[in-house]
Amino acid sequence: MNAETAAVAISGLSFSYGDALVLEGVALTVAQGEFLGLVGPNAGGKSTLLKLILGLLEPQAGQVRILGRPPAEARRLLGYVPQHPGFPRDFPITVEQAVLMGRLGVGLGWRCWLGGWSAADRAAARAALLEVQATDLAQRQIGTLSGGQLQRVLVARALVGDPRLLILDEPTANIDQRMEGEIFDLLRALNARMTILVVSHDVAFISAYVTRVACLNRTLVCHTTEAIDGQLIQDLYGEDVRRVAHQHAA
Amino acid sequence: MSEFLQALSQHAFLQTALIAGLLAALGCGVVGTFVVVKRITFLAGGIAHSVLGGMGAALYFGLDPLGGALAAALVSALIIGWVRLHWSTQEDTLIGALWAIGMAVGILFIAKTPGYTGDLMSYLFGNILLVPTRDLWIMAGLDGLLLAVILAFYRQLLAVAFDEELARLRGVPVTGFYLLLLCLVAVTVVLLIQVVGLILVIALLTLPAAIAGHWVHTLGGIMVAATGLGAAFTSAGLALAYAPDLPVGPTVILLAGGAYVVSALAAGLVQRRRARRRAAAT
Repeated sequence: MNAETAAVAISGLSFSYGDALVLEGVALTVAQGEFLGLVGPNAGGKSTLLKLILGLLEPQAGQVRILGRPPAEARRLLGYVPQHPGFPRDFPITVEQAVLMGRLGVGLGWRCWLGGWSAADRAAARAALLEVQATDLAQRQIGTLSGGQLQRVLVARALVGDPRLLILDEPTANIDQRMEGEIFDLLRALNARMTILVVSHDVAFISAYVTRVACLNRTLVCHTTEAIDGQLIQDLYGEDVRRVAHQHAA
Repeated sequence: MSEFLQALSQHAFLQTALIAGLLAALGCGVVGTFVVVKRITFLAGGIAHSVLGGMGAALYFGLDPLGGALAAALVSALIIGWVRLHWSTQEDTLIGALWAIGMAVGILFIAKTPGYTGDLMSYLFGNILLVPTRDLWIMAGLDGLLLAVILAFYRQLLAVAFDEELARLRGVPVTGFYLLLLCLVAVTVVLLIQVVGLILVIALLTLPAAIAGHWVHTLGGIMVAATGLGAAFTSAGLALAYAPDLPVGPTVILLAGGAYVVSALAAGLVQRRRARRRAAAT
């Protein structure tokens, strides 16, 4: 596997805000079709790494390639679910319109830029809402949704552009545990057709779903999921972490 | 009221004023909606007040004040947009400074313009009764321009208003469309200055859209409702002011402000009652 065919290829990546070194010599290769969990303590650099992968920040040292291209050129192949939605909840917009926003930049020539949504855009929005089982929410105003419903809609918005790489930042931080399982079951199904990178603080929970875990605390170490034990978590977080065994009925 | 309707049929200046009010309502409804949902009222205020600088300079050099106003509004929109994008830590101070500098420049130019320069008050508070017929065509042209740009780039403008990060990730040139949005605000400000003057522009720009936002929950719906409200406020203000010979601009603004207060209270009441009913139903 090389940088041309990998979903994500990062080498020698360092980044600092002023004097605070956030990422140091990070190397990471994610193969296409992988389901990678990115875990680490708060302020460990997870969000910064995501911003570099999304092309919202420029690397100060090292290189990031997404599907063989610089991040800024690969954006339309990405779907992104932010931890905190970047809009006020009272914004006057329906769920359907909010999902359609994820279709911007899809299409060729002037249709990509001028005028309203095409029939293909609307069909894609319906399909994405169906996939996350939120069809009945289409005409609701975005502010009337519960946390779990909003999370599904944000996933639909990321799916509607037909991404090859789906990136989620703490997708289950604001929802209850039953929903958490549902969201990850959905991601497992989506993983059949796209690469998935999910950031989480809950290493024990995601290890049941992902194929590999990358631990980030300024530097990055990868583990296969079988290798995750108490010692590893302690190394990562630097202190004893209370672990809860997740036993979900299949 | 019947007295006003009779006068309206007789006096061309009243008909001109009515049309000017309706043309201004279209701009304030459509662009005002973006100002309210994007929460850039303060930026719009900075643009509006720095317009006096352009008007004053145009008068001093013997040019058309409306052209001067348009130029000053566009320049200050670009400066304010640039400040917000590159200097965001000092944003409010810098916009406040531009606001004051624009007005000071305008007042100095007007004071030093030889001969009769018209009443300074009519720039500050507007005089819809003095709108020349020629300006109606300019206003209609600016309305057409606003609508054409918004229809063409509706998706991108909505994306920049709704979620800048998402827009950037979808490859929308956010900086360009943000500056375009501020330029649309600048053009609208010039439209509205004709009617209510630059001090009161912000009220007419934001109040109709804010009232509509209490009751309508899609962007397009707010635009339509705000345009209707703006048309109602300017027409009713004109009619109410006629018999007692009140200045029209402040009358329009008081109507809009009163309606806003009533609407905000009613919307709060409705929301509380709905919440209570939902809690009782469980």
